[in-house]
Amino acid sequence: MSTVTAPADARDNSSTPAHLELGSKSGGRAAKNTIATIVMWACFFLAMVPLVWILYAVLSEGLHMLFTSSWWSTSQANMTSRLSGGGAYHAIMGTLLMAAVTSIISVPIGIFTAIYLVEYGRGTFARVVSFMVDILTGVPSIVAGLFIYAVFITTLGGQRNGFASSLALMLLMIPVIVRSTEEMLKLVPNELREASYALGVPKWKTIASVVLPTAFGGIVTGVLLGLARVMGETAPLLILTPYTKFINMNLFNGYMATLPTMINQERTEALAPAIERSWGTALTLILIILVLNVAGRLVAHFSKVK
Amino acid sequence: MTTSSTGVPNTEPPVDPNVRAGDAAQTPAAGGGSGSRRAGDTIFLGLSVGSGALVIALVTLIGVFLLMQAIPALARNEANFLTSSEWTVAGDHPRFGIASMLWVTVSSSIIALLVAVPLGVGVALFLTQYAPPWLQQPAAALVDLLAAVPSIVYGLWGALYFGFFIRDSGIQQGLNSVLGWIPIFATPPGSTTVSSASTIFIIGLVLAIMILPIITALSREVFAQTPVTHKEGALALGATKWEMIKTAVLPFGKPGVISASMLGLGRALGETVAVLIIVSALAPSAPWSFSVFRGGETFASRIANNAGEFDTPAKTGAYLAAGLVLFLLTFVVNAIARVVIERRKAFTE
Repeated sequence: MSTVTAPADARDNSSTPAHLELGSKSGGRAAKNTIATIVMWACFFLAMVPLVWILYAVLSEGLHMLFTSSWWSTSQANMTSRLSGGGAYHAIMGTLLMAAVTSIISVPIGIFTAIYLVEYGRGTFARVVSFMVDILTGVPSIVAGLFIYAVFITTLGGQRNGFASSLALMLLMIPVIVRSTEEMLKLVPNELREASYALGVPKWKTIASVVLPTAFGGIVTGVLLGLARVMGETAPLLILTPYTKFINMNLFNGYMATLPTMINQERTEALAPAIERSWGTALTLILIILVLNVAGRLVAHFSKVK
Repeated sequence: MTTSSTGVPNTEPPVDPNVRAGDAAQTPAAGGGSGSRRAGDTIFLGLSVGSGALVIALVTLIGVFLLMQAIPALARNEANFLTSSEWTVAGDHPRFGIASMLWVTVSSSIIALLVAVPLGVGVALFLTQYAPPWLQQPAAALVDLLAAVPSIVYGLWGALYFGFFIRDSGIQQGLNSVLGWIPIFATPPGSTTVSSASTIFIIGLVLAIMILPIITALSREVFAQTPVTHKEGALALGATKWEMIKTAVLPFGKPGVISASMLGLGRALGETVAVLIIVSALAPSAPWSFSVFRGGETFASRIANNAGEFDTPAKTGAYLAAGLVLFLLTFVVNAIARVVIERRKAFTE
């Protein structure tokens, strides 16, 4: 790459902006500019290759699994890796239940932390909270799983079950909700708050009935995107909630199937019918995540803070 | 659509970002005097401060708990924890060390960064400077879609498609034959050729794809904030578009790119399940080698691989110690990212 800077070379081509590239630049500089343009376009298309490839692979290998009614209504009970078919009902329910409990815990904590950061937080404590949210964003999911294992199972003597995973996923979901909610609360115009205070409304009521409703759409979007993130997590589930072939709707007792652990289980069985199920499960998981993402963006689109 | 994959909106808040939105609220809330402070306010403040404190407590507890339960195991360890590559955690004479895991974790993440940073910056420049306006939004959404693919699907695809593609493409063999004199690209001990589809090199490439959306999203955000006056100034001086980018956009966006790379690095270091599926674990007796053309285990993948073995506190302690090292590693990397962002006030807050 040349180190020649623009101003040094600028004298000889101050005319004819229409032919900026070809007419008046020296050949080397024009060529570099063309190469850079080509490289940027190539970067984008290169980045699209894995996306298209993965989606193609998942669709071509897994789509036919989803068209059987048993996929959506039965579990893998009485199935072996030599038998084709069976369903993912147990794993879908496991993932949904776990995600529901995770969000019931994380959403209030995340929203209140964001309220603290935007509406109350000043000084050192607020800076520490903000820093810790950043650190929590970066905690690897396996470490979150290990931590819950160390607390919930080693120290408190609990068993591996669905709830333990929900706790680990909570650690991963809270920072996503805090960050998105924080951004949304900042978008609420100060005039609204001031108008409310001017009418003598107490601060908490201003937040609860003016600020939060105004930012509601954005908060929902953040929750949905956070949910999409934790639903695809596998690592904590491997430690905390071993896979089972059977339907278990009880988060507090026994092993539980989820879509990610089902993919992992089926792929280790290595025979064709199992691998096929593992692609089918992958497609199911992607579809659920995609629905959440699209829903989140639609909510964001239709309820922008005015 | 203002929300990127990282949940950070691209639009600047309409209020002055340096002024907390709640500043105006100070006077009325405090003005009533402590005696007439309303119960609702106290409860709300309590809940908010409590949630903030809970977040601090959680991060602190992660470190404390991992440390507390790792210490007994480390005390019984008969090998050097930092320099040994052994991993025998059962029995009365445990010998375990993190050297090989540390190498596999760091080398795969570095490969990921070397690929993802230039590519991510290129994509971000494309999205902000080159793409026609009608393409910018949909193209950015497509790149964000890469972040929505769960890591286990990357693992599945990497193990069943991408790994074989790289193996058969001859990239590994080419690097090995040209740069084989560097230990990193050497032929691994115990084999004569570079013909594996489950190597550190391949997981490095898959990790690169996985962190690409993070790097792209953040870089795009800073590039888009380049002052128009800088860009127009460069163009008015006769710079070509590329020279304008090199002299105005890239210098302006540098801190953003650095912190984006750090966040990507943090993600790559901690990635578990894609590594678990794609990279083959080595036999415990495998000799030490720097080669990236063989299998291995990262901190995360070894922990996940052996999750079924957590039956005694002693065994679990060894894995918790490995987890603690990983936590510290990502903590440092993320803290650096944060500091770089903080220094550049034009970015986020």
